[in-house]
Amino acid sequence: MNYNWNWPIFLELSPEGATTYWQTLIYGTGWTLTTAMLAWVIALGFGSVVGVLRTMPNRGLVLVGDAYVELFRNIPLLVQMFLWYFVLPELLPRSWGLWLKQLPNASFYTAVVCLGFYTSARIAEQVRAGINSLPRGQRMAGQALGLTLPQTYRYVLLPMAFRIMLPPLTSEFINIIKNSAVALTIGLLELTARARAMQEFSFQVFEAFTAATLIYLFINIVVVNLMRILERRVAVPGLIALQPSAGR
Amino acid sequence: MFANFDFDVISRSLRYLFVEGMTFTLTLTALATLGGVVFGTALALMRLSSFRLLSVPAASYVNFMRSLPLVLVIFWFYFLVPYIGQWITGASRPTQVGPFWSSLVTFMLFEAAYFCEIMRAGIQSIARGQVQAAYALGLNYRQAMTYIVLPQAFRNMLPVLLTQTIILFQDTSLVYVLSITDFLGAASKVAQRDGRLVEMYLFAAAVYFVICLAASLLVRRLNSRVAILR
Repeated sequence: MNYNWNWPIFLELSPEGATTYWQTLIYGTGWTLTTAMLAWVIALGFGSVVGVLRTMPNRGLVLVGDAYVELFRNIPLLVQMFLWYFVLPELLPRSWGLWLKQLPNASFYTAVVCLGFYTSARIAEQVRAGINSLPRGQRMAGQALGLTLPQTYRYVLLPMAFRIMLPPLTSEFINIIKNSAVALTIGLLELTARARAMQEFSFQVFEAFTAATLIYLFINIVVVNLMRILERRVAVPGLIALQPSAGR
Repeated sequence: MFANFDFDVISRSLRYLFVEGMTFTLTLTALATLGGVVFGTALALMRLSSFRLLSVPAASYVNFMRSLPLVLVIFWFYFLVPYIGQWITGASRPTQVGPFWSSLVTFMLFEAAYFCEIMRAGIQSIARGQVQAAYALGLNYRQAMTYIVLPQAFRNMLPVLLTQTIILFQDTSLVYVLSITDFLGAASKVAQRDGRLVEMYLFAAAVYFVICLAASLLVRRLNSRVAILR
């Protein structure tokens, strides 16, 4: 393979001026993590609400929840990104659209909202599965004790469901970090975008991508280990520890 | 809101969108699924092997691929495949491979990691007694796998494999980052040429939605029909 390796390239100044290539990658990592974590807040919030709706006794609410999940699950993430970024401002009233377009860091906010809603549909699916995996008797017992439906969820079903759901939630959290790379298409300068920029300016393709790869691997290992500790802390006594699911 | 919505731009570009774009997307999906399942099954068999020289590399490969964003992997292979081609053919310069082959290799190798996990679960869902019975009947490893275990594993996992194919179909839209004319790429080119982003992206979203929803409803029906009664 006749490729000229040049590892010290990371210490050279990037075209941005004041920063080295290495620093631009670190900033990119910062954007990746910030985007992923803010999107995670939206995803977990909306995902839990929709997931709970889908287990309600009311048929109408279940339908609304199902429609929500199908909508976000059956459109590719990249297309959703474009819808939020290019299409939404045009469909809003003119003044709102202009405000959105002129927002500084518009691609960042768009990426957060888009990733948040996209992932919320997947979390809703996990929440529903988590609640449905509980024995029917738990809901009945809650009701029989005179708890209202919200109380049954708050004190009986959800505390158990969330503890059971932790492994699939871990893979969703890793997914949201990985999926944030899609936001490079709308101009968010996250890790993959920075590696791509470095490759374009320095022509050191493989060094740039190797660095990005190692950073992603590192993030992955940290997240998996932190979650493993959390899983051990909140494990439901008496249940077989669930294996991390294969889904993404 | 839809006052100056231009439906004409969609009907004008239908041929281009479907004949060029969708054909690329579907071909890539089909071939990548085929290659991914074959390679993924091989990986799964390696991962389940008691021979550490096989199981450790397979497990590392799968975990490695699964911790990277697809976009990054697409970039990797876009630049790497010419060098691999050079290495295989022994040419003096990196070989020119078209965007199609580069993305096909990417998706096969990337999705194989996910298909491997599905097949591994499928193989593990077969009762151990069946393998032992196969060996007791005098079948060797290859025969036990091809005649007893894998057919059942495929059958058990068919709905999951198909769901993963739907995900793959959606993921192929990411070849957009290489400016390839897949379905979304075609829509995006028309959108930018005619300044009709709203129409084209909404149309693309609708097409993806209809295809994926229909496919997942079919998978659900299939699921209830192929399930092995126990």
